[in-house]
Parts: sequence; structure tokens; C-alpha cells
Amino acid sequence: MSHSAKASEFLKDAAQSKWHDETLWFVRDKRDTISKTIPEWEQLRDLASQIKDNVLAHLDGYLVEFEKNAQKNGIKVHWAKDAEEHNQIVLSILQQHNCQAIVKSKSILTEECHLNPFLEQNGVEVVDTDLGERIVQFLNQPPSHIVMPAIHLKKKEISALFHDKLQTEKGNEDPAYLTHAARLHLRDKFLRAKVAITGVNFGVAETGEFLVCTNEGNADMGVHLADVHIACMGIEKIIPRRKDLGVFLRLLARSATGQPITNYNSHFRSPALGKEIHIVLVDNGRTAQLGREKFKNSLKCIRCGACMNTCPIYRRSGGFSYGSVVPGPIGSILSPGLDVKKYSSLPFASTLCGSCSDVCPVKINIHEQLYEWRQEITKAQGTNAKSISMKIANGIFAVPFAYKVSGALMRGALKILPDSITYSGLNTWGKQRELPASPKESFKDWYKKNRS
Amino acid sequence: MSSRDSILDKISSIKVERKPLPEIPDFEVAEDLRELFIRSIEGNKGEVIDQTQLKEFLEINRFIKVICLAQEIKVTANLALPDDAHELNDLEVAIIQGQFGVAENGAIWLTDENMCLRALPFITEHLVIVLDEKTLVSNMHVAYQKIGDQHAGFGLFIAGPSKTADIEQSLVIGAQGAKSLRVVLTNL
Repeated sequence: MSHSAKASEFLKDAAQSKWHDETLWFVRDKRDTISKTIPEWEQLRDLASQIKDNVLAHLDGYLVEFEKNAQKNGIKVHWAKDAEEHNQIVLSILQQHNCQAIVKSKSILTEECHLNPFLEQNGVEVVDTDLGERIVQFLNQPPSHIVMPAIHLKKKEISALFHDKLQTEKGNEDPAYLTHAARLHLRDKFLRAKVAITGVNFGVAETGEFLVCTNEGNADMGVHLADVHIACMGIEKIIPRRKDLGVFLRLLARSATGQPITNYNSHFRSPALGKEIHIVLVDNGRTAQLGREKFKNSLKCIRCGACMNTCPIYRRSGGFSYGSVVPGPIGSILSPGLDVKKYSSLPFASTLCGSCSDVCPVKINIHEQLYEWRQEITKAQGTNAKSISMKIANGIFAVPFAYKVSGALMRGALKILPDSITYSGLNTWGKQRELPASPKESFKDWYKKNRS
Repeated sequence: MSSRDSILDKISSIKVERKPLPEIPDFEVAEDLRELFIRSIEGNKGEVIDQTQLKEFLEINRFIKVICLAQEIKVTANLALPDDAHELNDLEVAIIQGQFGVAENGAIWLTDENMCLRALPFITEHLVIVLDEKTLVSNMHVAYQKIGDQHAGFGLFIAGPSKTADIEQSLVIGAQGAKSLRVVLTNL
């Protein structure tokens, strides 16, 4: 199903979609407010972008350096060329430890690899421990936003869900009460888990350490109680130096939610006594994207979600309308690289207003890449209703006589034609839009009468 | 060929224009560091208190399970650190010494040396961090200069209590980790 078809589904609940739109705009607004308290904000964005440029130009060297330093610190490093190999590596570590239940903190990479269903098929219970992720996991849904996984749900729905799953009071919708119920439920899971899985925000080549940033503290609750920590990391998450973290940590949370830093920023360098840390470095299409000159910059992304919060299309269509693991503007330039056919409608889910590029903390030219993907996709596939009307319009505008005649014809026809024809499926512009009343005469005629 | 080598080969076969790594300038913070730090902690939903207020907090709540690893603080702490962090599940208060604080965001740097058990600042119900106000630095750039090449198995910038807004964006303090953070600023 195309993005627009799924967006129509989302828009059926007008009150809910209005709330979604306004709430994300509020988050965008908080980002603006806090960024203005940092005089060097734009300079930080430039620095972050330049550091990532350097990373993309020397990725192989930094990966080798990271591996060497991580191994020196007692971390076990694995490499996976694709999702399947990543999942197999994780499973084999679990099997070595006879582990049948794991806790997992937020990791978009493991979503991308569909790790949860794979482990469940192999008899492993997976518990997502971020509150929003636990909520969508209970509903058997993917996250609809990379930072706010359950932003598409209302507390009424979560209350009913928790009544069913966690035996909370029926009808109690108090977020504090519901969060506390989840805390007790997850505490029990943390205390039992022998293996904990996390994502990675940054891997530092110079030291071999990696960072995990959360507000809930769920990643740390998992890994410090478990015997084994498996960290799954896309190869583009490497940064060269420890001091580069200063730049990225100043940008990340401010861009994501408008807070100055996430409350927990954990630097893992070596395992605690008697414990194990594994890192799985995953390619899964990233080297292919690096090879696409026009699109390689999309790999700079630090997954803050700012482009989603600002996007007029995302806010009004919801994360699920994209049908991709990473939704929104950044998802619309990353996903076609993975499967151009499946995600062919995503680059068109944009007004090309450029707001995504304006808020991006690493200055990815997102809207330009959306435009470039449109060129690739249109070349690769046939025509659609919009392109037929555009072709007709092109013919009309190219010939002055045709323009003059068709203008007069349309002014007359629009007055008499029934709406069923004017707003037929061919007029994609006319969906949810009213045509303005047609004028009596053309501008040219009016000019002749009044100005000549 | 191993996946490692095939990934590395693939990357090195791609011609990407070499770009230099930028130097990061020292950005100044014009404000008073102590005031800014207190404001940051409060913004993160923590509290900054003094030693008298800490004593009151412990007495009024009649906590019975308290661990104190901050040597300069003299309070009744009746629990010793266990061998296994799972035994900390019903810990009420942990008092830890912080190494330094960052004014721009309230982040406090802790390492294995301060925590002893890595789970401690997360699993405790209430967390207290003792911090010498002379250690405050302006921003994260200075913070990482200060860390330098310090080698710790685990390091943590902690800036507030555990929090979430995953239910309709309503902020709730006390998600999976500590339900409160109090910072005792000292000047010794």
C-alpha cells in the first residue's frame, strides 16, 4: 500500500490526527527554544556534519581501529553483513549461555533486522524495556516514531491494554499510575534476565568504547544486572575521537526532545568482572548506501527524530503510513536504498519544504535527497495519475494558442461540470481541496480592458 | 571471505572524497556556573540540596536501607555493598560521590570507582550524588577535556532521575531507574 493510502487511514480519526500533529509540533518548538540558548548552535551543526563527513571518508580505518581497541578492552567484536547474519550471531551467543529470556532496550537496528520475531521463533522470550516500546510490543506493533515509539496511542488505549496485560485498574488512565505498573512489571524482568541487548548511539574509534543514551535508565537496568551484554551497532555509528562526543551529546537530546541532555549517557569500555560484552557491527545495506554518491550523506543520521517532528507530512500521516522501520523524512531517503520498489512512494511523501534539512543536527540535505530519489524512482517506474496530468499541462503551457483556448474552455466547463467529474480520481490535487471559484475572464482579457 | 573482510573491502573500494577532521573550539559559557548547574538539574527534574537538607530527607522518610559511598558525608548508612547487584532491588537510598558536574546540562560524571556496582545508581529507589562545586565545568567540550584519556570500564554522565513521557507525552518521573535525584553541592 502506498504512503498516501495509509495516510488516509490515519486521518480517519480526525481528533487523534490533530492531537498527533500538534503534539509533535510542540516537541519541535521545544527544540527551537533550547537551540536558541546555545549561541554556537549553528557552528555545532557544522562541526557535527564535518566530523561525519570525515567518518564516511575513512569508515574502514575507523572500524578497524574501533575493533582493535574494543578487543584490547576485553569486548568481543562480531561482524554481520546483513540482518540474517546479525540475528544468527545474537542467537548463537544466547545459545552458548543457555538463555531463553532477554531484555532489550531501544534499538532501531534490531527492528531493522526483525530480531524479535526471529528470536521468538527460536524459543527466546524478548522483553522490550523502554516504556513506549513495551506498549507497542504488547500490541504487536512496530514503533511509530524512533524516539517516541507510542506517540500514535492515547492513554485510554494504553489504560485498556495495561488492564489486560498487567492487571491495572479498569479505566485508570493516569500516566503516573500506568508507568508505575510498567516499572514493577519490568523490574521483575530485569532481575531475571541473563542477557541484555542494547543499541548503540556512538562508537568511539580512539578508545573502543560505545555509548547508550536513555532517559528511563532501562538500558542500564538491563545490562548491569545481566551476565552478558550484546550491543548491536550499525557501522555508520562510529565517531573518531572521544572529544567528538562533546559535539554530538550537545546536539542529540536538544534536537530530539528539547532537553539539554538525556538523563543517562553510559560509556561502555570493558565488561565488569566476570561478565561479557559483545558488539555486533552490522552492514545490512550501509556500504551500498555509502556507494551512492547522492545519498551517502543519509548515513550521517544520529537518529534524533527532529525531521519527523517538524515534517508537515509526518505529523499529519503518522509513522505507520511509511511502512518502513525508520519513518519520516530521514526514513524516506534511507528506505529506498534498502528496497527501492517497496518504498517507492516514500520520497513523494513530502512537500519538499526543506524544514527537515533545517533542523537536522548533522545537516543532512534531506529534502534534496528526497528530490533526487524521485528522479531515480520516476526513471525506474511508469507513470501515475499526477504525471499524466502534468504531461497534459506541459503540452498546454508550451503552446500559447492551446493555453488560450483551454483556459476559456475550463472557465466555462468548471461552472457546469458536476463535482463528480471535477473531483474525479484523475484530479489528485482535488482530494480534500476545493478549487477556487473560476473567474469570469482571463487575466489577459482583464489587462486588455483595464490597462491598455 | 569473512563478513569482516568483505565489509571492509567494500568500503575501501568506494571512492569517497577525503575530508579532514575539524578541530573543536572552546566555546565559552558566560553565566555563573553554579547558578546554571542548579537550573539545569532542576530542569531535568532533579534537586540541588545541602547537607542539612540531606539529613532531613533521610530522617523524615525513615529510610532503613541506605548505602553511602561518599566519604565526606557523615550519615547513618546501614547497608554494606553486596557482591551481587540483584540484592540491591529493595535499596532505598544510594549516596555516591560525583567526579565533576557540567553546568550547561546538569550532567555529572561517575565511573566504576564511584559506583562500585554499576547497577547502583539505577536500581536504587532514590539517588543522592555528592559534588564539590569547585569541580563544575561549563560545557561538554570542557567535560571531555577533563576526562581526557581517563580509563574506566564504565563511565556515566547522569543528569537527572529516570523519566519518561511515553504515555501521551505526560512527563512521569521514576520509569525503570531511580525515582529521584538529589545533588548535594559541597564547598570544602
